[in-house]
Amino acid sequence: MKKSRDDYLTLFFISIIGFYIFIALAFPMYAILSKSFENKDGAFIGFENYQSYFENSSLVYSIYNSLFISIVTMVITISLAFVFAYALTKSRMAGKGVFRSIAMIPILVPSLLSGISLIYLFGKQGIFRELLMGYEIYGPIGIIIAEVFYTFPHALLIIVTALSIGDARLYEAAKVLRSKSIRTFFTVTLPSAKYGVISAAFVVFTLVITDFGIPKVIGGNYNVLAVDVYKQVIGQQNFEMGAVVSMVLVFPALIAFAVDRIVQRKQVAILTSRSVVHEPNESKTFDRVMFGYCSAISVLILTILGMCFYASLVTFWPYNLTLSLKNYQFDLMDGGGWDSYYNSIRMACYTAFFGTIVVFAGAYFVEKSRGLKTGRSILHLLSMMPMAIPGLVLGLAYIFFFNHPDNPLNFLYGTMAILVICTITHFYTVSHLTALTSLKQIDNEFEHVSSSLKQPFYKTLFRVTVPISLPAIFEIGIYFFVNAMTTVSAVVFLYSSKTTLASVAVLNMDDAGDIAPAAAMGMMIFYTNAAVRIVYVIATKKILVRFQNWRKKTS
Amino acid sequence: MEKYLSVKKVNKHFGKFQALKDVNFDVQEGEFVCILGPSGCGKTTLLRVIAGLESQSEGEINQNNKNISQLPPDQRDFGIVFQSYALFPNLTVKNNISFGLKTRKQNKDVIDRRVDELLNLVGLSDHINKYSAQLSGGEQQRVALARALAPSPGLLLLDEPLSALDAKVRQHLRLEIKNLQRKLGVTTIMVTHDQEEALTMADRIILMNKGVIEQEGSPQDIYSKPTTAFSANFIGTTNLFKANKISSNSIEIHGSILECNDDIKDDVSTVTIRPEDVKISNSENNQNIFTGTVKELEFLGSNIRGHIEVNFKSQTDIVICNFASEYIQNHNIQKDTSINISLQPHAIKIVKD
Repeated sequence: MKKSRDDYLTLFFISIIGFYIFIALAFPMYAILSKSFENKDGAFIGFENYQSYFENSSLVYSIYNSLFISIVTMVITISLAFVFAYALTKSRMAGKGVFRSIAMIPILVPSLLSGISLIYLFGKQGIFRELLMGYEIYGPIGIIIAEVFYTFPHALLIIVTALSIGDARLYEAAKVLRSKSIRTFFTVTLPSAKYGVISAAFVVFTLVITDFGIPKVIGGNYNVLAVDVYKQVIGQQNFEMGAVVSMVLVFPALIAFAVDRIVQRKQVAILTSRSVVHEPNESKTFDRVMFGYCSAISVLILTILGMCFYASLVTFWPYNLTLSLKNYQFDLMDGGGWDSYYNSIRMACYTAFFGTIVVFAGAYFVEKSRGLKTGRSILHLLSMMPMAIPGLVLGLAYIFFFNHPDNPLNFLYGTMAILVICTITHFYTVSHLTALTSLKQIDNEFEHVSSSLKQPFYKTLFRVTVPISLPAIFEIGIYFFVNAMTTVSAVVFLYSSKTTLASVAVLNMDDAGDIAPAAAMGMMIFYTNAAVRIVYVIATKKILVRFQNWRKKTS
Repeated sequence: MEKYLSVKKVNKHFGKFQALKDVNFDVQEGEFVCILGPSGCGKTTLLRVIAGLESQSEGEINQNNKNISQLPPDQRDFGIVFQSYALFPNLTVKNNISFGLKTRKQNKDVIDRRVDELLNLVGLSDHINKYSAQLSGGEQQRVALARALAPSPGLLLLDEPLSALDAKVRQHLRLEIKNLQRKLGVTTIMVTHDQEEALTMADRIILMNKGVIEQEGSPQDIYSKPTTAFSANFIGTTNLFKANKISSNSIEIHGSILECNDDIKDDVSTVTIRPEDVKISNSENNQNIFTGTVKELEFLGSNIRGHIEVNFKSQTDIVICNFASEYIQNHNIQKDTSINISLQPHAIKIVKD
């Protein structure tokens, strides 16, 4: 068929976005892969680096450690989150909204903040250190507690979704057939949530194995893969070995990613448009038990956050407990001072703005354009890849690719731009999926109608598709903002003295022993993210409604 | 009338599956053509090929003496209405209809007048500022129709436009669309699986099955002169029998010889008789009259449909026939009543398998 102007424009934009993803993802990943096969002079040496890696027992031991804490965290988080999600979806307890909001708190803070909080709670001068009965918080115990805190909301969101799709008609059928509630749980509830639980388990596993902030802060001498990458690069300047450990780290992440994708696909198949939402029955005892459970979990979450809040205000822990803002005088400490905070805000704004545009445009062309099937599949595949790549590995890959003297894009190195590009790429996949889900709900025939009316595709895009997708677009923007504020792993190799960031400052101040200011900076990130979220909620309720009049049934 | 659209030897393959096989037909200017067939017969694919939303594997399409086979949809001249209406939910009725009018920098007044005119045409003038969520299904469909007609396209394509609507609304809209089409004289192709819809609306029906055109013709012709067993069976209800030629004016069904007025060729294998052509007979001594037993009576309102077990020479077979309700009452016909039926020579039609 002849190409129309629309087809050429589509091709042009798909090429631009494809080109962007190649530069931001494919080329750097190739650079880090090839680096792992080179010696210090850049000559190809085959598997020699890998050989010396596997001969180094202390490095290899990190693999066991990483797997151990990932699997233990996975089991604990999934168990806790499942009951919490069950309470939110299948009970009629009071305060669901509050519990849900509290459970989301960990998303708003950098992962390592929970580690800092544990130091105050259980460390050498901690308030509750006796509770550990002689065990050290520095090491696997601390890592696991902190990781559970960090991964809890991620698991909860997935399991809540899985549980809420349980079809009410199945519950009614079970009731009519006089099934006992325990039997209903095992034959109706669990099977329909199965894939969600599996998916959540792999997400938790990936988050933990690729997380580096928590083991860095509270791991003590307990080595894990992610920290090894950091140490090899920052401590020993051994980039080749850093690349090798990265590849070792990518491997389990890739497998977890692949399993998750397969499972997610099955999950979608369960969800039919005819499903009826299940309204739980009232049961006072059950509701009370669930309320108690959710309160307990919420208290734990609030304790961890509250400890940091308190610690950040205490003048000199534990000797001078008078409250002051001394720890907020960041300009007197290492880590870049208040500038890091402002840099983080700038970075988060840029990421949210440009990230949303790139992601939405990418998803739009994948889902809505005509023809170019191969190009669109490639674009989709590339968009799915970042999820499988740990932030630390991506950051290191950027060093190899962008800092290469022959790279014409070398000028980006050390700028704000590279931080933004790296962060957008790191969080690309989830945003891409959000956009795609929203676009899939829009009738494909809109595009056909428009072309029969001889309208260019961008008119439909701007007058119809974008306005309908506004809620998803805002959701993506917020997601980018919050994550850009909290991320450490993706940017820790890439910031320069002019682009220090708040989340990295938390890490560096903690490293330098300024734990209280680290907690203070972590709280600044929390305040910012919480404020943005609150503004977002108000904005969607008040402002967005004005532009969404058409959703209402009556005029 | 002049030939407006011609589809020539169009084939469409999806991988190994062939959705359209050698499809040929013409549409005259101002004609209302229905493409009718069961789901999966290729009718929607055919419509999408005409619209350019799907490209044909082989073949040619000419519209208004111009070969449009290779043109993308936005360079073809048609308006389209989908089953899902595909109204832009965030635009008002007015903005939906004017969506296609704003390409050439038309005067705002001209556009407003055109929108008013179209809303008048579909009887929705009061709803100009509403959103689609505030309209009923039938109203939404009429807005979709107005939007498609707004740029005055040469060809109107309707893809199962009434399938999502309630039975009553559907019947009403059927007439309305037909009248509108006649008034505007716009050449129209409608795809549907509903034979009643096709029979009531179309000037000409193109009946499709498994990617092939089975038969085309006026609704009356398709109904009363089906050429294949599929057409006979798909349109309305019918009786089909295996048959053999006996002489130039007689055939054999289940061992019984029947007189038949149709043109009997040597390779006859199937015949069809419409239920309304099966009559009840009082006499017994005629070649085309058989004894039988009532097995089932279905109440259809004004009619009652009888399933009669008829004694042919070598075996019995069920024959479906229509009775007037009155007749059943007056003659006290019930289940297991014995009756004689007549398969009249002019009612027996020979069809291809």
